[in-house]
Amino acid sequence: MTPPINAFILFFAAIFTSNILLTNFLGMCSFISVSKDFKSSNGLGMAVTLVMTLTTAVNWVVLHSVLIPLHLEYLRYIVFIIVIAAVVQILEMVIDRLSPSLYISLGIFLPLITVNCAILGVALFMQLRQYSFFQSVLFGAGSGIGWWLAILLLAAIRKRIDKNPIPPALQGPGITLITIGIMAMAFIGFAGMLSVQ
Amino acid sequence: MSIWIAPLVVGGIGAVLALTIAIIDAIVNNYGEVEIDINQGKKKLQAKGGASLLSTLSEHGMFIPSACGGRGSCGACKIGVLSDIGPILPTEYPLLSPQERQDGIRLSCQIKLKASIEIQIPEELFIARPYLGVIDSLKDVTHDIKEVRIALEKPDSIEYQAGQYVQLVIPPYRKIPESTQRAYSMSSTPSQPNTVELLIRKVPNGIATTYVHELLKEGQSIELIGPFGDFYVRDNEADMICVAGGSGMAPIKSILMDLFEKGEQTRHIWYFFGARSKRDLFYLDLFSSLEERWPIFHFIPALSDPLPEDEWKDETGLITDVLDEYLRNRVDPEHTKEGYLCGSPGMVNACVQVMKKNGIPEDRIYYDKFA
Repeated sequence: MTPPINAFILFFAAIFTSNILLTNFLGMCSFISVSKDFKSSNGLGMAVTLVMTLTTAVNWVVLHSVLIPLHLEYLRYIVFIIVIAAVVQILEMVIDRLSPSLYISLGIFLPLITVNCAILGVALFMQLRQYSFFQSVLFGAGSGIGWWLAILLLAAIRKRIDKNPIPPALQGPGITLITIGIMAMAFIGFAGMLSVQ
Repeated sequence: MSIWIAPLVVGGIGAVLALTIAIIDAIVNNYGEVEIDINQGKKKLQAKGGASLLSTLSEHGMFIPSACGGRGSCGACKIGVLSDIGPILPTEYPLLSPQERQDGIRLSCQIKLKASIEIQIPEELFIARPYLGVIDSLKDVTHDIKEVRIALEKPDSIEYQAGQYVQLVIPPYRKIPESTQRAYSMSSTPSQPNTVELLIRKVPNGIATTYVHELLKEGQSIELIGPFGDFYVRDNEADMICVAGGSGMAPIKSILMDLFEKGEQTRHIWYFFGARSKRDLFYLDLFSSLEERWPIFHFIPALSDPLPEDEWKDETGLITDVLDEYLRNRVDPEHTKEGYLCGSPGMVNACVQVMKKNGIPEDRIYYDKFA
């Protein structure tokens, strides 16, 4: 039962109307801590997009060729996590060899996002909403780009916030969470235009 | 049957992924033969690329000191890199000083050998090598410091300068899965090259110290790598002001005994030995008798918290206060002086301040800090 959504609409929906960060609040931890610095945010966003797209594709194949035929869907959490860890490991080795400059700009973030819950979240949504392979890949890519966009926006906002007098109790994570809330409300403005399920 | 299917599937998927990683690793990480040029052509190594510089060098018999065993946490394996190998990695950054970042100093455990490379290492590392020995004796010199004597077997003698250190190789034990290395100064003298003596203080939960204090037995084999370090006596006429407490005495003892054996008679040598109470003092007889036989040597033990039952009549107070008092009033102000310090960073930094205040230039204060 594949939902009859055009995969390209799904792609844009994942970026704007159903941004995984601002509507599902997944991947929050690194979102808050890394958005202090614009350059790192860019690196992390790039890494998340890359890993999300790839792992969603691999996880779809594993889900549909192993787990569903054997009626083992309940193993999805553990299997998805193993797959994500392995894909990140492989990706790291390949990028290191093929493009050392990209490897350096991704830096420490590539291995770190193995444990990013947004990555696992996308894989679980893919299963829950019964996307086709093509839909899954574009949903993964869209979610990644949406995450990337959101962290760049937040990094830019925080750069300006730093120059303003914030009450001491709200400095750091406090004002950041409030900012994210307002951003999320702004993104809700897109809701209803495009839908993911 | 159905009980087994879930673990089999998870195991199977894990195995397939592990195999894929292994295959891709073998293909992608094959960098072929590369050349390592050490100290502008002094030594050239042909090595297989793909592994870390630290481990490749040790495979070829070049031992860069490393206390954490390549995990990038101790910062001991610094080397100079002359080739362009890309920017400093985030794992190296915090362990390098701004000056070192400018000078092309890198952590050899974090650098992956991908192409031919030119590196610069201290000359002394050319003679560092592994030694296999047997524990000759273990003695408690205080309630928490052990004197460990190692009889060297293969090779059976070591050449070094008094004050240098070795890396003790601790095998995996209990819950420690990997072999670890820790640096300890030698307290023995170079005139007895067949024996290495170390003073090891017990640190709560320390990997190496727990092993030494709880598991090490006489007659057991042990491996060490060395010698390393630039903490040795500078050959000149200046008076030596030595300060060390606890196991920091090790290099100072080696230096003093070495100078005594060599018949040093001109420079005055002051040794300030700081401890909390009498139970932390050791080798008192050794240094007192040395003081009687060697007119230029002055031994000043000082206790910061003497207990009533200690019946302590010598110096009391923090070692920095005692040092300050002696430098101002007792040590000949006409003589040039040099500082030799060994101990915790806090104690060393405080003593450096006292010495600078009393006119000893900073570049003539030598120290061995341990964390």
